[in-house]
Parts: sequence; structure tokens; C-alpha cells
Amino acid sequence: MLIVGELINSSRKSIQPALESRDEQFIRQLARRQVHAGASYVDVNAGTFVDAEPEILSWLVEVVQGETGAPCSIDSSNPRAIEAALAVHRGRAMVNSVTLEDSRYEGIVPLVVRYGCKIVGLCMDGSGIPATAAERVRAARTLVERLTADGVPSGDIYLDPLVQPLATGTGNGVVVLETIGLVTREMGLQCICGLSNVSYGLPARKLINRAFLVLAMGAGLGAAIVDPLDRQLMALIRASEALLDRDPSCRAFLAAFRRGELEP
Amino acid sequence: MDRGDLLTAMKQCVLDGDVEEAARLAELSLRQGVPPIDSVEKGYVQGINEVGRLFEAGDLFLPELVASADAMKAALEVLKPWMEKAETGRKVIGRIVIGTVKGDIHDIGKSIVASILVANGFDVLDLGVDVSPAAFVEKASEFGADLVGLSALLTTTMPVQREVIKALREAGLRDRVKVLVGGAPVTGRWASEIGADGYAEDAIRAVSVVRGVLGLP
Repeated sequence: MLIVGELINSSRKSIQPALESRDEQFIRQLARRQVHAGASYVDVNAGTFVDAEPEILSWLVEVVQGETGAPCSIDSSNPRAIEAALAVHRGRAMVNSVTLEDSRYEGIVPLVVRYGCKIVGLCMDGSGIPATAAERVRAARTLVERLTADGVPSGDIYLDPLVQPLATGTGNGVVVLETIGLVTREMGLQCICGLSNVSYGLPARKLINRAFLVLAMGAGLGAAIVDPLDRQLMALIRASEALLDRDPSCRAFLAAFRRGELEP
Repeated sequence: MDRGDLLTAMKQCVLDGDVEEAARLAELSLRQGVPPIDSVEKGYVQGINEVGRLFEAGDLFLPELVASADAMKAALEVLKPWMEKAETGRKVIGRIVIGTVKGDIHDIGKSIVASILVANGFDVLDLGVDVSPAAFVEKASEFGADLVGLSALLTTTMPVQREVIKALREAGLRDRVKVLVGGAPVTGRWASEIGADGYAEDAIRAVSVVRGVLGLP
């Protein structure tokens, strides 16, 4: 399971002031704790800083990589900010995200090709987020065709089935599970998604997120943007990997057990 | 069912988010000759006010809020034609044009705000998503809007909120049309930076912000 640590995001209340004051120690610590907990990518997002986004995003990449050496997930829809971040990034970054109909496609994809990044593609079309799994898969196919034609290897593409709140539509969980199944089995491609949207507007959000992650893994999810400091969530990932026969000899599960990571 | 019981049932069905019951009671009230204005103000609105209080207190959650707004809307759909016919129709408390700005196709938050405003008695014209500054200006003028609500869920589309405010000013409408902004990345600071009149964190707070901005009690 590829884990992207989601905590360095300017829309979180504790992060915004740390970014404003360029609090390097705070960011270093948050990056280190996420990687230590099992994140293989560290997401960086400075989206609430409209004008300063390019500068802050590249600063984040330097601080996070200086501390952990881990690759970053460059979380932005602004081509200028993505370019600034990739210019200072070492190793293979992941760019999150691009959509087919987006006018920003032309600005983002050439950067992805030039820097050899992994890329997150959203399963949406010109009219928004399709209601059914079949329509999301159709949108995904068109996006993948265009990306591969433009020089992105299909193995570097992660498709995001687009998680929406259960609170605003009780079918919003099922449609994601179905989309993941179709993308991974029929298209043979990888899916990535965030979890926290699904529980928006409900109490006991972590419980919903955890249950959803297990269901999504069962459906074929191979990458997730999550809070790696949620110990119970990470323990569930280890257990699910073993149960889904994605953990040879249960080694990762047992290693996590020996490190005491499976205790609540 | 006497009139008191009927009004209580109206309040309750909004609290329960029972769409069918809300419409059924509205039809029943018309057959019984209850003035539609009474059904709305002494019945359904009492329910939506209570829902707002409970949501703010953290005792009700978003799915329940959405269902209550749906119930309110179903009742208003039945009653509205009759209210417009009646001479003593409910006075319009405010006319609002709402939409998600150009380049942005996020629909859910804006639609919840629109329903909650309708449920609270405002006349709302929902322009949908991906709405250009020119369309906001044209529709605000046509509709005689007192207030325009601008939703943006992307940091790349937030600047369009500023463009809409500029377009309203250039069209000479800004003096009579208030502007509210919202959306996940939007903050109170952003609202004042771009010269909006207000910002609300969620749909329930939007109602009190709208009331405040329009000088309503």
C-alpha cells in the first residue's frame, strides 16, 4: 500500500500560521513523524496562499526533503506553483492532480513528462463529477488515453475515483468502491484516493474513514492519501494488506507488530 | 387534526426530514383553508429554525440538515403558487442569486446553502456551476437581487470571486447588491481582502450572515 501523508495542508487550521511564519521546525517535525509512521510520500499543499503559493510550495519541498529525503506529492492545481516545486524536488515527485477538461491540463502535463513524475488523474469530465461508476470509468479511460499519448507511462498514473461526503448522498461510498473495482480490474490501472471527504458532516469521522479504507482496499485500492499518525488506521492497513495477500509471509504485518505499532 | 396540531405536525416533519409528509400536510392545509402564509411561518419555518439551532449546537448532522431542507422545499413547492395568488402573500424578505464561479464545477456546498436560504424564506435563483462574472451581473440585474452568493472550492477559482465583485461595480450594481462569498478555501480574511460584504463558514451561519448584511431582524 502506497501511503501519502496528508497533514501538511494549508487548509488545516494549525498549518496555515506555520506556513505564514515559515516555521521550519514545525514542518520538519510533521514531515518526519509522517514518514516514520509509514508514509512513503509527503503531501505538500499551500493552496490557500493564492499569490504566494509557488514560493511556499517550493519552500515546503526543500524543508520536507531536507528532513526526510522522502518524495513529495505536489498538491496543487496551479501550474506555476507545481513548476516551482518540481524545480527544487529531488527524486520522483507525484503531482496531485490533473483532469481532462481542465484548462490547466496544458500547463501541468508537460511538467509531469519533463520531470518524470507520477500523476494523480481525477475521474471527472467537463460537466463535473459523474454520478455513476461506469461514467467515471469512461472519463478515466479518456484521460489515460490522452496522458499516455502525451508521454506519461500508464504505470505512473493513479486514478482518483473522487470521494464525496456520505452526508450529502448515501450512494457516495458505493460509487467509489465500484469505480475502484472497475479501474483496477478492467483497466488494470492503479487507484488512489483520500478518505476524509467521505465522513464530512458526520460524527465519529475516523471510524467512517477507517471502515471505508478497508472496504476500498478490498475493492482494489493500492494507494491512499491519509493521516499516517492515525495508529488504528495504519494498523488496519497492515492487517488488510495481509488478508488481501499483498504481504508475503505477513512480514510487514509482523514487523509492525514487533515495533508495537499494532497496539491501540 | 385541528389547526394547532397541523402546524405542530408541519414543524415536526421538517425536523424529521420527511419530504412526503411535508408535501402531504401542505396539501391538507390548503384543503382545510389554512392561509399558506400561516402554514409557512407558524409551521414549517418553526421546524427549520429548530433544525438550525440543533445543527449549530452539534446535535444534528449534515445528512439530517439536508433532509430537513428537502422537506421544507417540498412544502414550499406546494404552497408557493397559492401564496403568490393570495393578496396577503408573504412579503419577500430578500432576493438572492447564487452560483459557483467560472472554472469551478463544485455543486454540493452551494446547493445546500441555496436550499437552506429557500427554507428560511428567501427567494433564491440558483445559477448552477461554472458561472461567468457577466452571467452573475446579468442575472442579478434581471432578478432584482439584493444579494449575490459566490461559491469557489478551488484556490485557482477564488480570484474569480474578486472578478465578479469588479463586474458588479462596473455595471453600477454594487451599491444595491450585497456580495457573500463561500467555499472550503475561502476565509473571512479573503472576503474582506476582495471587498465582499460577508463570509459564512457553513449553510446555517450563511442565513444569519445574509440577514445581517441585508439589515433584517
